[in-house]
Amino acid sequence: MTTETSTWATKKGLARMLKGGVIMDVVTPEQAKIAEEAGAVAVMALERVPADIRAAGGVARMSDPTMIEGIMSAVTIPVMAKARIGHFVEAQVLEALGVDYVDESEVLTPADEANHIDKHQFKVPFVCGARDLGEALRRISEGAAMIRTKGEAGTGNIVEAVRHIRAVHSGIRRLVGMREDELFVAAKELQAPLELVRGVARDGKLPVVNFVAGGIATPADAALAMQLGAEGVFVGSGIFKSEDPARTANAIVQATTHFDDPKVIADVSKGLGAPMRGIALEAIPEAERLAVRGW
Amino acid sequence: MKIGVLALQGDFREHLDTLGAIGVEGVEVRRPEQLSDVSGLILPGGESTAIRRLIERWGLREPILDLARRGAPLFGTCAGMIVLSREIEGDEAPVLPLLDISVARNAFGRQLDSFEADLQVPVLGDQPVHGVFIRAPVVERTGPDVDVLARLEDGRVVAVREKNILATAFHPELAGETRFHRLVAAMASEHDDPGEGAGRRPHPIRRTNAANG
Repeated sequence: MTTETSTWATKKGLARMLKGGVIMDVVTPEQAKIAEEAGAVAVMALERVPADIRAAGGVARMSDPTMIEGIMSAVTIPVMAKARIGHFVEAQVLEALGVDYVDESEVLTPADEANHIDKHQFKVPFVCGARDLGEALRRISEGAAMIRTKGEAGTGNIVEAVRHIRAVHSGIRRLVGMREDELFVAAKELQAPLELVRGVARDGKLPVVNFVAGGIATPADAALAMQLGAEGVFVGSGIFKSEDPARTANAIVQATTHFDDPKVIADVSKGLGAPMRGIALEAIPEAERLAVRGW
Repeated sequence: MKIGVLALQGDFREHLDTLGAIGVEGVEVRRPEQLSDVSGLILPGGESTAIRRLIERWGLREPILDLARRGAPLFGTCAGMIVLSREIEGDEAPVLPLLDISVARNAFGRQLDSFEADLQVPVLGDQPVHGVFIRAPVVERTGPDVDVLARLEDGRVVAVREKNILATAFHPELAGETRFHRLVAAMASEHDDPGEGAGRRPHPIRRTNAANG
């Protein structure tokens, strides 16, 4: 009997176990426990939620390992942590700490403006952001075992998240309708490997799990993402920047499970208190937008 | 005949696809009333802490226990095994204590220790089962009425059954493995229509008991 660890099936497989669930950003072990108690399927351990990263400015880096370890020992659900785009040493450190997933994230300041991390070289699985089908397939070809559409993190504004999940799915529908001999040009236009393009055209879906991130602040936002084809959601600032984080977290979990039942969404949305305040997209200068990082 | 798949969270789609592949109708179950016309229930992989809370929140506990008491087959994979266990190590309260076993969660470690291994499962025939173990649990104790269906090379128990309840620590639904689902479907149709002399006929999952010793 041969036993193989950290295979492609186990990397992709963990993301499949998270489907239909909510992954929450947390900055302390106490928040991680609140998230687990509310029904989160995983937590993202980081020093500051994106709204605060945005406010603080400067260079945003991988979090302090002590803080990540504190969160890992506080909960039994999977713990993810962020590395800067292209910063493969931060990813090595996170792997050495034993995190369950590394997010190569545009929320942190990119370390390399040309290359993403070669994720095939790692035993730990990676999740990466994408704005459209081509970007998603490029990340998968580099070894990402899970995709999340980017949205615009730290805004509490769902508009970019909607744009990105719609772009991924309309890209998929377009490929499905194509003749085999049209896929060559499609691959060129998508700037993605032909084999992956053929697979999407055949299966009508990405070869890995796809969540929505960046701007989800209410139960209805989460259900909107799910109805648009998300397989689960990441909620960053939306929970711990709300008036009642435990209740908001739980309500978003319920709305993600029952995303196609408006009565449930109505019920869980009652009396939640103020959500995070949110930022209109036009109020953010181009240079401060996070989603354009990565290519 | 319909087999329900608990669709609160996790890889329920993969279970529905596996049922589809063997020509069995699978239905998503999120609410108690959706259990009324199913002949069996699959509890998928996922995060057991999240699934536990959703079962409680949506009042699914008693209706699922009722289904099991009536003799319908239940099959849990990974988190589903944890949910069906009578004891969970670390003093966590059981969710649906239908299997007289004790399980340890994340028994192999974190994600970096997730693995694949081929397993002998005599009840399914000679062809080995390809087991995908993801942050998997392991069975630490089995009660007197529990049959061990599969062990790892080191002897640890990773698949069990007790009468109409089946559970695996791994994910047949991720490996294109249909034999567990066929077994559940056979048990479900036996439960629906026991036929003449059913009382004397060995139950489909008990049939190979003697061979197992």
